[in-house]
Amino acid sequence: MNYTWDWGAMRQALPLLLTGFETTLLATVLGILVAAVLGLVVAMLGRAPTRLVTIPVRAVTEFVRSTPLLVQLVGAYAVFNTVRPLTIGIAVLGIHYASYLSEVYRAGIDAVPRGQWEACRALSLSPRRTWQAVILPQAVRNVLPALGNYGISMFKETPFLAVITVTEMVAQAREYGANHFVYAETFTLAGLIFLVASYPTSLLMRKLEKRLGH
Amino acid sequence: MATDPLQKPDTEHRAQDTVAAGHLIEFDQVVKRYGDHVVLDHLDFTVERGRHVTLIGPSGSGKTTILRLLMTLERISEGLILVGGRPLSHMAGPNGSLKPADEKYQREVRKKIGMVFQQFNLFPNMNVLQNITEAPVSVLGLDRAEAEERAGELLDMVGLREKITAHPTQLSGGQQQRVAIARALAMRPEILLLDEVTSALDPELVAGVLDLLREIAHTTDITMLCVTHEMGFARDISDQVLMFDGGRVIESGPPERIFGDPEQERTREFLSAVL
Repeated sequence: MNYTWDWGAMRQALPLLLTGFETTLLATVLGILVAAVLGLVVAMLGRAPTRLVTIPVRAVTEFVRSTPLLVQLVGAYAVFNTVRPLTIGIAVLGIHYASYLSEVYRAGIDAVPRGQWEACRALSLSPRRTWQAVILPQAVRNVLPALGNYGISMFKETPFLAVITVTEMVAQAREYGANHFVYAETFTLAGLIFLVASYPTSLLMRKLEKRLGH
Repeated sequence: MATDPLQKPDTEHRAQDTVAAGHLIEFDQVVKRYGDHVVLDHLDFTVERGRHVTLIGPSGSGKTTILRLLMTLERISEGLILVGGRPLSHMAGPNGSLKPADEKYQREVRKKIGMVFQQFNLFPNMNVLQNITEAPVSVLGLDRAEAEERAGELLDMVGLREKITAHPTQLSGGQQQRVAIARALAMRPEILLLDEVTSALDPELVAGVLDLLREIAHTTDITMLCVTHEMGFARDISDQVLMFDGGRVIESGPPERIFGDPEQERTREFLSAVL
C-alpha cells in the first residue's frame, strides 16, 4: 500500500486549477454582492408596517434557509435551463446567503439605539435620509464582521456549483485527477489554494473589525 | 405680540404660518396611557410664545412624556395638542372633522420644534459639522455652504469651533451636549424641548451646558420647555414653572412664587426633598 506522491502532477495541474479559481472567485465576489444587497432589502422589507409584506418575505426566507444549497442549485438549474449555469450559480448563492444576511442585518439595525431614531425624528429627517445617513451606516458597521464570515463561508461552498456544470476550481481538480489518477494531489492543491485565499481574507476582516472599534 | 424685539434678523427660514396671537402650545384634555397605566390624566396647559417654561415634579409624573408627545415620539391616547393653533397629531379631514395626521403633515409641524435629549443622541457616524448640517441641508434645503456657515456660528456660540471635524466619541459628555444643542438650533426652531439635558453629565460639566442654555434663553426668542432637576437653573431661566404630580399640573406660576411660596403641600414636599 505504497502511495507515491506525485509532486510533478501538482505542478502541472496548477495552471488549470488557477483558471478554475478565477471562476470560483468570480462566483464568490458576485454572489456576496447579490447577497449583501438583497439581504439588506429583505431586512428592510421585514420591517414594513404591513403584514402583507412581512409575511411573504418571512415565508420565502424561511424556505430558502431551510433547504440545502445543493437542492436549490439543482432545482434552479432544472427550471431555468436556458440561463448560463454560472449565472444561475451566482444567483442561487446570492439568494441563499441573502436569507442568512437578512437576519444579520436585522440584528444590526436593531442594535442601533432608539435614541438615534428619535434624534432623526426630532430633526424632521425624511425616512430616506434617516436610513441612508444615520441608521444604515451604523447598522452596516455593526454587521461587517458577520458579513465577512459569511463571505468566506460562501467562498468555500462554491464547489457545489460543479453539480450544475460550472467548472470552478474543485471541478477542475476532479477532472485532472480523474484523467491522471492523481486525485490526492489535485484535491490537496485545491485545498491549499482555498486556504491561501481565505486565511488572509479573514485576517483582513479581523483588522477591519478592530479599526471599526468592535 | 406681532413683532418681537428679540426676533433675530435671520428668521426667514422659519415656518411663518404660526398664528401670531394666542398660545403657541396648547394641551387640551390630553391623556396618555401605556396599557392600564395612565401617565397623563386629562392634562390642560398652555405656553405663550417666547416663554421659558420649566416642568418640575417627581420621577414618573409624566414630565418627559409631555416633551415626547410634543416631539411626536409618542402618540396621545386622547385629547388634542395644538402647536401654533394647528393640531399636532391630527389634520383636517372631510367636512371640517379631524383625522389622525399622516407622516408628511407631522413632519411639517415638527419642523418648528427642536429637542435636546438626556443622552445627546448625536450621530456617531458623522463628525460635529455633519451632525449640525445634516438636517438644515436635507430638510430645510439650505445649500451646503450656507448650512456650514450657520453651523460655524453656532459652534462659536457653544464654544466648540475647534471641534468641528471631531467625532462624537472624541468629545466629553458636556461637549456632546453642546453640539446637540447647536444641532437643534441649526433648524431655527420656534420651540426648544430640553429633556433633562444635564442628567447624564458629570457634575463638573453641568455648568457649561447650563450657562449656554441661559445665554440662549436670554438672547433669543425661542420658546423653551424644559424638564429638569436643576432647580437653580429652573429658577434662573424660566418665567413659568409647572409642578406635575400624578399626570396633572398641580400648581403653576412664576418661579419666585413656586420656589418661594408654593400653595400646594405636595409642591412644598417635593421642593424640600430636592432643594
